[in-house]
Amino acid sequence: MIAELGLALLWIAAALACLSLVAGIIFLRGGPKDLASLVRPASVAQGVLTTAAFGLLIALFVRSDMSVELVARNSNSLKPMIFKVAGTWGNHEGSMLLWLMILSLSGALIAIFERRLREDTLVATLAAQAALSLGFFAFLIFSSNPFNRLPVAPPDGQGLNPLLQDIGLAFHPPTLYVGYVGLSVAFSFAVGALITREIGPAFARAMRPWVLGSWIFLTLGITAGSYWAYYELGWGGWWFWDPVENVSLIPWLAGAALLHSVAVTATRNALRAWTVMLAVIGFSMSMVGTFIVRSGLLTSVHSFAVDPERGTFLLALMAIYIGGALTLFALRAGTVAEGKKFALLSREGSLVINNLLLTTILALVLLGTLYPIVAEAMGEKISVGPPYYNKVAGPLALILCLVMVAGPLLAWRKDDGRKLRSRLPIAALAGAIVLVLLVIFGGHVGILPLLGMAVAGVVAVASLAPLWGRNLRRTPLPTWGMVIAHFGVAVCLAGMGAESAFIKEKLVAAAPGETVRVGDFDVLFKGVKPIAGPNYTAIEGTLVAMSGGKSHVMKPESRMFPGLMGTAPTETNEAALLTRPGGQLYVVLGQPVQGADGRADRYQLRLWWKPLVWWIWLGGGLIAFGAALSMLGRAQLLALWRARRARKEEGRWK
Amino acid sequence: MKSRWVLFVPLAIMGLLFGAFIYRLTVPGETLIQSQWINKPMPLFDLPPATAGVAGLKSSQLADGKPRLVNVFASWCIPCRAEAPQLEALKAAGVPIDGIAIRDRPEDVAQFLNEVGNPFDRIGSDMQSSVQIALGSSGVPETFLIDGKGIIREQIQGVILQEQVPEIIAKLEAMK
Repeated sequence: MIAELGLALLWIAAALACLSLVAGIIFLRGGPKDLASLVRPASVAQGVLTTAAFGLLIALFVRSDMSVELVARNSNSLKPMIFKVAGTWGNHEGSMLLWLMILSLSGALIAIFERRLREDTLVATLAAQAALSLGFFAFLIFSSNPFNRLPVAPPDGQGLNPLLQDIGLAFHPPTLYVGYVGLSVAFSFAVGALITREIGPAFARAMRPWVLGSWIFLTLGITAGSYWAYYELGWGGWWFWDPVENVSLIPWLAGAALLHSVAVTATRNALRAWTVMLAVIGFSMSMVGTFIVRSGLLTSVHSFAVDPERGTFLLALMAIYIGGALTLFALRAGTVAEGKKFALLSREGSLVINNLLLTTILALVLLGTLYPIVAEAMGEKISVGPPYYNKVAGPLALILCLVMVAGPLLAWRKDDGRKLRSRLPIAALAGAIVLVLLVIFGGHVGILPLLGMAVAGVVAVASLAPLWGRNLRRTPLPTWGMVIAHFGVAVCLAGMGAESAFIKEKLVAAAPGETVRVGDFDVLFKGVKPIAGPNYTAIEGTLVAMSGGKSHVMKPESRMFPGLMGTAPTETNEAALLTRPGGQLYVVLGQPVQGADGRADRYQLRLWWKPLVWWIWLGGGLIAFGAALSMLGRAQLLALWRARRARKEEGRWK
Repeated sequence: MKSRWVLFVPLAIMGLLFGAFIYRLTVPGETLIQSQWINKPMPLFDLPPATAGVAGLKSSQLADGKPRLVNVFASWCIPCRAEAPQLEALKAAGVPIDGIAIRDRPEDVAQFLNEVGNPFDRIGSDMQSSVQIALGSSGVPETFLIDGKGIIREQIQGVILQEQVPEIIAKLEAMK
């Protein structure tokens, strides 16, 4: 019954989306005014029903109802409970339902909270959001139904890809999706504003918290994904320039650009058409990313099922949405009055440079990701890897960081550059000291990591410069947020630079009792023993890492997941990590090695000493935290909630 | 006021992008990766005879105007024995075949030829696998189709199957 109920809820929610869309269109074309009051509750109900449908899908996974095809293919009754729940979105259909749930919930939240926009713009926004969700409802119901029943229920399910059986699955996809799909709100706002031509500070202020919010989640999602790949895949890398990573980075870059341009529009009523454009681009890139990953155009752990029919469906949807929005933009943006003027040396000027750099990086990453596909269409086979991205995006990103810390020291509209001249030299000095120290003591360091660490030095000091000479207790929260986020970039950059420059790697075949030296650690390999997990068996190695008189036990595992219900068995590596203030020791247990006498008493061990590597994720966390402070500081949600309560109270007494 | 057509640029870019997507969806990606040596001349080598009585092999000898096969094999390779009848059939059809013996001893090669027959005009001995590596060959047996100018046209990895024999004869015929 649960599955049927879930499907029914999806259909009803889709009907409500249809209602919002139609009512919205009729209203905007000058229909009866009452229709507008229909759109809000319909959007809220759609959000509630879709969330309920998703809850029912989770219930099916929790109960291990193998009569449902999705559960039978992706779950197993022996799986630990946390992975049964998280496994709901560890597959194509479930993750699309999660996507749709967030899309519908976003619409519901706009309907509940947004009170500052003109009514027609709000209705247009909600109608646009409904149009978006309608397409994805169709996609889910017609081509990816998660509630599909099997004619005969198998005795048990095929289990979840062991690589996904990690606590990371509980956090990474939902956070990333909230970020991805949260950008849909900016998209809908842009479409709504284009339709009613209300492009100005009010529209920008309405959009701003949404952009900030989704960007926070994108940042967290990418950071979490990076850390997950780092420890789960057993290669010890934190960024591979893999296409699926790129398609998450592209919306993030668009979001970062939008975040800053929307600030200009909200505060200074400038860059209006550009902000609208970016709002369209942001969610378009989310959709393109989803399409690339889900259509099987690129294969990875993220492409659950390769199905050209689904790819075609998604492509058609995207063509309608992105094409429609861009056409609307082309037709309407010309009629948007030019915004306020500003000098090049001003806050706006620096934000424009920031935007240009961010979009250039975005274009370069997009080009690198799609070039192999385009090149193959022309009969050439090419893969684009880290050397390209590091060369083209690296230097631009470093310049961007420098502009980033200069901007906050400039005044809006026009600046004489006084603060810039008095405060930046100190930061430049910090950078120069880092550079000199690295050149003298660092040994042979690549140019990009070297510059990266020097720029990190500049940014670390300069990002704090806006606070100098201020009463810290009276400094508004958004300023704190900006400072912390920009400082986070420095932390992140320092981590990346130090890890790339000073990483130590050892690959050895060691017998129990042997000691391996890596970095400052003497690692004693004590031996291995077999262990059994809830749904796997494993060989667990025991190593003791000794440094400076202290010793730490590390237990890397090599796990074997049996093939369930006719699927192939899989092995995964669980790296053992030892986090120290100076970095992380990373140990992977590999295959047993046969000696000349035929006995397999030695094991492959891979050990890395990664200096400051955890700063990368700390930096990511700081960026998200700063953005969250900024959002809280604007406290719009809270104020809106209070205003809504007050209005209700008033209504009661009338 | 900016000119209106600039505003259509994003739409145009999107159109191009989607064109590539549609192409890729209709023509799925080729998963077969061909050797870099295809359509390039044989790397230069000069291998000594692998066993008494059969000449060694020089890369310059491969450009004598006649399309031929170069078979990478070894006496210690079990699948190579299974491939022998197919090579015999090709030989009988008039296909010139040269061999490269990988990490082999002369007496073992002689024994091998004794047991399964000798389809080879010349056999070079590649003691260090250096020619094999230069050819981008990852194992034994492998067979290269060489045209009359000494240019590699195709690489067959693994044993040549019976049903491939007429195909190979036709391909070499077409190169003439």
